[in-house]
Amino acid sequence: MNFHLILFLAFGAVCVAGAINLLAQRHPINSALSLITVMAALAGEYLLLGAEFVAAVQVIVYAGAIMVLFVFVIMLLNAGEEEHTKGSRIAVLFGVPGMLIGSVLMAWVVLRHSGTESVPVGALPGSPRDIAQLLFHDFLLPFEVTSVLILIAIMGAVVLANKPERSAGEAD
Amino acid sequence: MGASYIPLSYYLLLSGFLFACGVVGFLIKRNIISIFMSIELMLNGVNLSFVAFAAHWHALAGQIFVFFVMVVAAAEAAVGLAIIISVYRTRETLNVDQVNLLKL
Repeated sequence: MNFHLILFLAFGAVCVAGAINLLAQRHPINSALSLITVMAALAGEYLLLGAEFVAAVQVIVYAGAIMVLFVFVIMLLNAGEEEHTKGSRIAVLFGVPGMLIGSVLMAWVVLRHSGTESVPVGALPGSPRDIAQLLFHDFLLPFEVTSVLILIAIMGAVVLANKPERSAGEAD
Repeated sequence: MGASYIPLSYYLLLSGFLFACGVVGFLIKRNIISIFMSIELMLNGVNLSFVAFAAHWHALAGQIFVFFVMVVAAAEAAVGLAIIISVYRTRETLNVDQVNLLKL
């Protein structure tokens, strides 16, 4: 057992524990914090694969920006513990066994068809320099379209989260 | 560097497990924010398999895809959370069982 495999298993264990904790917790803020744990451990996995840029972006954008947005909304709306209803019990009754069967099937297929293929650790040049070469030459058009997407998303968020203004002059 | 190898199936299993956890969370969670976080978990699981395959086939384009997935996830989170705030303002609840009508 080499050192990289031990690292992979350690980060993977943190990922699995965080994902299960996300499901087990009732309060959204606890779920959010365990999701941050999963994302940080995934950044470790990316680093192990040699994808330095993706690992950095994972920490900064995902664990940083997006999850801060989540935590902010949870606190803004003062979300409490979720109560169990009839619908949720039915969902647990059918969802968990169904997904267990699904994941066992998926694991069976992966293990059966994967053979002895392996991933070289740290062999992929994933530094920001290489990513930028590819991003600004071959993927320039998708990159620019993405900026339009972000612009639309920002405007949509502002419009949606805005307070619905009462029309002026009407008595309310 | 490059001397040690990790089987590709390990990465795929971890990725599949994260995705399955996301699907289970999507099904069993009743809080709309928790459901939204389950979607993020699914996206993360897919990203891991993207990076693993990129390393496996020495194709850097796989990491570019992860970058785009992250951008779309960020846009989705911004719009989705704005929708959640808007829903909470009109319904005053975050439970999806009570948000079952399109009209107010």
